[in-house]
Amino acid sequence: MHFGLSDEQEMIVSTVRRFVETEIYPHEAEVERTGEVPDGLGDALKRKVIEMGFYACNFPEEVGGAGLSHLDFTLVERELGRGSMALTHFFGRPQNILMACEGAQRDRYLLPAVRGERMDALAMTEPDAGSDVRGMKCSAVRDGGDWVVNGTKHFISGADHADFFIVFVATGVDETPKGPKKRITCFLVDRGHPGFVVRDGYRSVSHRGYKNCILEFTDCRMPDAQVLGEVDGGFAVMNDWLYATRLTVAAFSVGRARRCFDMAVDYAAQRKQFGQEIAKFQGVSFQVADMITEIDAADLLTLSAAWRLDQGLPANREIASAKVHATEMLARVTDTSLQIFGGMGLMDDFPIERFWRDARVERIWDGTSEIQRHIISREIFRPLGA
Amino acid sequence: MKVLVPVKRVIDYNVKVRVKADGSGVDLANVKMSMNPFDEIAVEEAIRLKEAGTATEVVAVSIGVKQAQETLRTALAMGADRAILVVAADDVHQDIEPLAVAKILAAVAKEEEPGLILAGKQAIDNDMNATGQMLSALLGWSQATFASDVEIDGDSAKVTREVDGGLQTISVKMPAVVTVDLRLNEPRYASLPNIMKAKKKPLDEKTAADYGVDVTPRLEVVKTSEPAERAAGIKVGSVDELIAKLKEAGAV
Ligand SMILES: Cc1cc2nc3c(=O)[nH]c(=O)nc-3n(C[C@H](O)[C@H](O)[C@H](O)COP(=O)(O)OP(=O)(O)OC[C@H]3O[C@@H](n4cnc5c(N)ncnc54)[C@H](O)[C@@H]3O)c2cc1C
Ligand SMILES: Cc1cc2nc3c(=O)[nH]c(=O)nc-3n(C[C@H](O)[C@H](O)[C@H](O)COP(=O)(O)OP(=O)(O)OC[C@H]3O[C@@H](n4cnc5c(N)ncnc54)[C@H](O)[C@@H]3O)c2cc1C
Repeated sequence: MHFGLSDEQEMIVSTVRRFVETEIYPHEAEVERTGEVPDGLGDALKRKVIEMGFYACNFPEEVGGAGLSHLDFTLVERELGRGSMALTHFFGRPQNILMACEGAQRDRYLLPAVRGERMDALAMTEPDAGSDVRGMKCSAVRDGGDWVVNGTKHFISGADHADFFIVFVATGVDETPKGPKKRITCFLVDRGHPGFVVRDGYRSVSHRGYKNCILEFTDCRMPDAQVLGEVDGGFAVMNDWLYATRLTVAAFSVGRARRCFDMAVDYAAQRKQFGQEIAKFQGVSFQVADMITEIDAADLLTLSAAWRLDQGLPANREIASAKVHATEMLARVTDTSLQIFGGMGLMDDFPIERFWRDARVERIWDGTSEIQRHIISREIFRPLGA
Repeated sequence: MKVLVPVKRVIDYNVKVRVKADGSGVDLANVKMSMNPFDEIAVEEAIRLKEAGTATEVVAVSIGVKQAQETLRTALAMGADRAILVVAADDVHQDIEPLAVAKILAAVAKEEEPGLILAGKQAIDNDMNATGQMLSALLGWSQATFASDVEIDGDSAKVTREVDGGLQTISVKMPAVVTVDLRLNEPRYASLPNIMKAKKKPLDEKTAADYGVDVTPRLEVVKTSEPAERAAGIKVGSVDELIAKLKEAGAV
């Protein structure tokens, strides 16, 4: 067993860390204040990342990516987690699911996405279907040789910058002994396609500037060529590719927690009350001890889940454990750090209040904490027939 | 033309430096170390010369502890072609002094026969600003320090120097030692393909003894102390108030 990073991994980590510190940190306060990414900044960041050869580094080399292993990519995500998500979005990690593109889809979607020419967004969630994805109402019916889609998706991240969308739609119902079960198909939809509009979404307390939008389909007509994977095979493509995004949420949480932790430690070592550094009060120092213990535990859980994926070992349960633990750890670490900052922790003079707000969504998206616990417990009890 | 670039492993510029309890120096145990920022600018310039077709090979060399290997890998990941590590100490707290470094570099230069040595103007750990100058004297080569612009033209180089009170442009005969200043360029990030290739690029390991150089310190550090703590600032409401306060403080 070996817990050290290779020379290459060390360099990946230090390069991405430096990029985030140099190119992202200086713009964070403005994004936070305005709720917008300044004009031109997204493209400028993208250009730099492409030059560095890091753009779409989660994709295999044969399609123009860097072919990083899950573990290496998790290290990249962990370092990116330090920075504003509105900005690191332009570091460019298209959805892996695009690897399911076939024939002409490769030239229209996969390859331009990897080259950084077209950005993607992924749409599953609907107002009436969140955790219960299969309950979706957005549906497509056959009309001639085409599909006609009607319905609404909401909470779609990055849709404001997306050139095309990966959209899951119900394409029929199967009667099963457990009741009716919807068949799902995945479509590739271009921005501006007739019958499809992107509307502003809600204002979120987490990750200002990283917007979510509402997608509306009104008699939106699409040929079979827009189907990603097989017709009615939406759940198959989902299961084949989407597991990895939960792991990136875990990695994000670890990176963000470390940045927050370092600031809390610095503050505790300098802030004096009652004639001494507050770090000298056990009430403070033990909180710091608990924080680093939790962060390290979440880090190891996350990296080992990534390692399992690389080994081809089952990792579903481990990824869910990493996601639930890392995101809940981040909530505690940001809360405790804010406490250590005292009243100043709440003020937007320091990024601590933002870390605390940002942390809240991590327990909700990409599967809520409850859904992760459901996955973990089903993996344990399913084999026992319970 | 071959370009030789000496790179030093120093405490990372983002790290808050702490003085060791006994005052003998700065605490370097478990501290993040990186390439001296001025040396990064030198590596960048060398790579640009190669990309422009002026240089044919970029060789990075580091002198110090074995861990300086990481600094060399960074140079390779930025785009240097090969590296030479000269192990001259085994304690991270032992700084190799400018004269010893210059002597080792002179010996390396005699073997490698570069047309140009591009070095940082100083290392941010002890700010000596001496190695490049000593090296040029030992080699008998021309020198141009504090470069903010370098143009190679056959047997000579036109170098713009950042001097007190302005810029000075000089022409030096090649081979030359040029030390670089902050504004020469903006160093690139290591690229992912180069990071993956860095391990496969040659890295020769030597020792100071291989070059017959004695690295025993000649300088004695008498005391190291923290700089005075900065006093808290004040907020002013207007430009007029700012000027009044500055006058009060005798600053204008
Ligand atoms: C800012 C933001 C960005 C997002 N970006 C995207 C995106 O880009 N694409 C996309 O498709 N989706 C996106 N989402 C949607 C996200 O994945 C969902 O919010 C999430 O899956 C939860 O769904 P919901 O919000 O509808 O909550 P619900 O599913 O309604 O859940 C409400 C509560 O009930 C609990 N619950 C539900 N079912 C169970 C159960 N079986 N057992 C126990 N408890 C249960 C949940 O844990 C939760 O606490 C985003 C969400 C947010 C907030
Ligand atoms: C929105 C807001 C409004 C306010 N309004 C007012 C007001 O109207 N009037 C007014 O006078 N004040 C006001 N306050 C100040 C408030 O009472 C202080 O913020 C509070 O007493 C904490 O002090 P501090 O923020 O300086 O934190 P600090 O005292 O610096 O504490 C920092 C951290 O160290 C911990 N700590 C400190 N000492 C010890 C110890 N001995 N043992 C263990 N842990 C310790 C604290 O619990 C905290 O976690 C306000 C604060 C806020 C945020």
